[in-house]
Amino acid sequence: MRDSISFRLNGKPIHLDVDGDRTLLWVLRTDLGLTGTKFGCGESFCGACTVVVDKEAVRSCQMPVKAVRGKDVTTIEGLEQNGKLHPLQAAFADSGGLQCGFCTPGMIMNAYALLLKTPKPTRSQIRAGMDDNLCRCAAHHRIVQAIERVSAPA
Amino acid sequence: MTDDPSVVVAPPLPSAGSSLHRRDFVRLLGGGIIVLFNADLSDLLGQETRTRGYPTDFNAYLRIAGDGRVTIYSGKIEMGQGVVTSLAQMAADELAVSLDSIDMVMGDTALCPFDMGTYGSMSTRFFGPALRAAAAEAKAVLLTLASEHLKTPPDTLSVEDGMVFLTSDRKTRVTFGQLAKGQKIVRTLDGKAVTKSVSEFRVMGRPEKRRDARAKVTGKAQFAGDIRLPGMLYAKVLRPPAHGAALKSVDTSAAARLPGVVVVNEGGMVAVLHSDPEAAEKALALVRADFEVPKPAFDDKTVFAHLLSVAGEGEEREKKGDLAEGEKRSVSLFEAKYLNGYGAHAPIETHTALARLEGGTMTVWSSTQTPFPSQQAIAQAIGFATENVRVITPFVGGGFGGKSAGLQAIEAAKLAKLTGKPVQVCWSRAEEFFLDSFRPAAVVRIRSGLDGAGRICLWDYQVYAAGSRSSEQFYDVPNNLIRTYGRWGSETPKMHLFATGPWRAPGANLNVFARESQIDAMAAKARVDPLEFRLNNTSDKRMRRVLEAAAGRFGWKKAAAPSRRGLGVACGIDAGTYVALMAEVRVDAATGSVKVGRIVCAQDMGVVINPDGAKMQMEGCVMMGLGYTLSEEVRFDGGRILTRNFDTYELPRFSGMPEIETVLVKNDELTPQGGGEPAIVPVGAVVANAIFDATGARLFQMPMTAERVKEALVAVSRKP
Ligand code: FES
Ligand code: FES
Repeated sequence: MRDSISFRLNGKPIHLDVDGDRTLLWVLRTDLGLTGTKFGCGESFCGACTVVVDKEAVRSCQMPVKAVRGKDVTTIEGLEQNGKLHPLQAAFADSGGLQCGFCTPGMIMNAYALLLKTPKPTRSQIRAGMDDNLCRCAAHHRIVQAIERVSAPA
Repeated sequence: MTDDPSVVVAPPLPSAGSSLHRRDFVRLLGGGIIVLFNADLSDLLGQETRTRGYPTDFNAYLRIAGDGRVTIYSGKIEMGQGVVTSLAQMAADELAVSLDSIDMVMGDTALCPFDMGTYGSMSTRFFGPALRAAAAEAKAVLLTLASEHLKTPPDTLSVEDGMVFLTSDRKTRVTFGQLAKGQKIVRTLDGKAVTKSVSEFRVMGRPEKRRDARAKVTGKAQFAGDIRLPGMLYAKVLRPPAHGAALKSVDTSAAARLPGVVVVNEGGMVAVLHSDPEAAEKALALVRADFEVPKPAFDDKTVFAHLLSVAGEGEEREKKGDLAEGEKRSVSLFEAKYLNGYGAHAPIETHTALARLEGGTMTVWSSTQTPFPSQQAIAQAIGFATENVRVITPFVGGGFGGKSAGLQAIEAAKLAKLTGKPVQVCWSRAEEFFLDSFRPAAVVRIRSGLDGAGRICLWDYQVYAAGSRSSEQFYDVPNNLIRTYGRWGSETPKMHLFATGPWRAPGANLNVFARESQIDAMAAKARVDPLEFRLNNTSDKRMRRVLEAAAGRFGWKKAAAPSRRGLGVACGIDAGTYVALMAEVRVDAATGSVKVGRIVCAQDMGVVINPDGAKMQMEGCVMMGLGYTLSEEVRFDGGRILTRNFDTYELPRFSGMPEIETVLVKNDELTPQGGGEPAIVPVGAVVANAIFDATGARLFQMPMTAERVKEALVAVSRKP
């Protein structure tokens, strides 16, 4: 049942001996102690569990950990570099793009992948690209502002 | 818990979790200047339920320590409403210290005095003034000490940035820390402290970045489900298929055969536990259980007739004039019934708790709005003395009135006691939709009349199952009667098949939807512009001002509805705050789907402590309101809940986001009023009125799903 799985996690190589059918979400949250990635619905509907795998936003609650073998996984914990917030993180904080903060890691990771693909998205591209991430506190307005702040031409 | 030392949400355990007596309590604090205060009116009602052994004459306190740091201890919790920031701002301003020198200790039953809970826009309204007074009192104490220390009368001194100095010579000075060091001064607030006037605000009234923002954008902020303890187990509890179902037999043998699974079957609770939460889930799927499910009594369609049939006696809330007289004077009469189904709180963080038994104390980290009532409920459930249970509230991932009962915390504590291991209970989304208390389905009936001059002369208002919140009359109606039936909290028996509870502004959303729809129907009949109609019929100054402010920003142009422009107006009062909304919608006639393009929200909430925070709340309210307005409804058949996840319970999304503009109507004569709920209250009404303006079709039921809008369009097209 145990699989030997190597991949890169937040820029560092990592090796796991785990049941490869377990979801990436729970391996991150339990075995690896990376609790920034959240459980919200478990069925791909909310996006709280979003992480970035090889530049694509994925729902870690739907992804077996064996599927990231040899890939590059970035979680919310991997965005801050040397104590410096990623511009998206800073923009979410400064624009008030969060209230309870529970959807926030998933929102930021989804936006991060969106900007990798489309560095200068229009407002409607932002709305479409973020549409499947749910925020119950309804911070949508400020989240869009935060993403625009990072992506708008200087 | 966070890397930001200024936000202490769950401080480290003290050596013992025993009860605090006033003396010990002051000793434990290690001196300084301490001001005790009573910060919440609702707590006066809760006196008798307070934990014995705790000092009982205050529910929050502020302490200035020998190092000059200021700490506020309060049983309130942070669930997104921003109190960690706004309360610190208030204290910083009154004390004249920097925001950075303030620490907040919140929602920990071992460190904070008793508090009823965080709900109902109370924190700023009631807590705020008391906290400010406490800070002002502390500053007065510091001034007296400084005057002795510097040997000069207090009126020669000034205070700034944690320092008292001679006004004429800034170099002759002493810091708060120096003054507080070695002191043991305890004051109880007597209500005499003088707080700042708005013109003296330095920190209040200024936009402040949320103090919890950094922890939340880095993923370091800990919620109840993020706490890891060595040897902890994740539990899955067996749930019945329907409310009211009885367990007949259960077979856990297949589950027990999975390696590492612990099975508990005790006192009616069947649970499987494992060190891997997914393994626990697999084990649960192997539990075979047989339930007896009662025959469904009603469902999400027949519930309204049911509510009316069991409603029982009405209660008069407001009475003026004589309905028969009003009816006589009416030249046109209007009669309508407004409906709203059950709604779920659906926070993205499901109910979660982690419990650990150690040294005779049960410590529970819980996502709860009510740590102290939860502490008592846990103690009772596991047979512990209340002081041997400690509830710690980390960041809460949204509450909206739903995180009060604390069943998950009781389950975790029971399982921790039975297994001897730390146990986490984190509800699945289906459990959340099954066990959450719902906003009750409810009905409003209105009979109203217009006289020959276009004035409302009759208002006969009856609300079933929702309660009277925000139903109060602010239109000038001479013959007015408002009655409630089986309001939330005093339901008649058999009214609901599952638990109901407060949902952001309980009852108010339906009451305002009903009233403002009815007002709109009257305006349309009179062929008067709906804004003008409202202004013609109310002399309430605050209401007129918010209506006019909204109209100014919106660029409202007069026309009777339906004008086919898709514009609507609605207004209301909630938690002391006045709010007016204007909206522009587009209705797709083929599908019935409604797109809200723009909403302007004008609000008079008294003195505004943090304008940016207030605007954020207003935007959040409007956006969240679109959910109950357009899509959110719990489907059920008898006790069986058919709604299980977000695919069928549709929350507002980015694609449905209108342009939202907010206007704060200045009213500095009034103490701060509620900000967390008012703007959500008229959202249903403003959208309904805009749909009517666009199409001539009136909707009487929320949510106004595409299907219902289409039905209404067909009905109106059939009319002669
Ligand atoms: S938890 Fe993965 S999408 Fe909701
Ligand atoms: S900030 Fe609370 S769910 Fe998005």
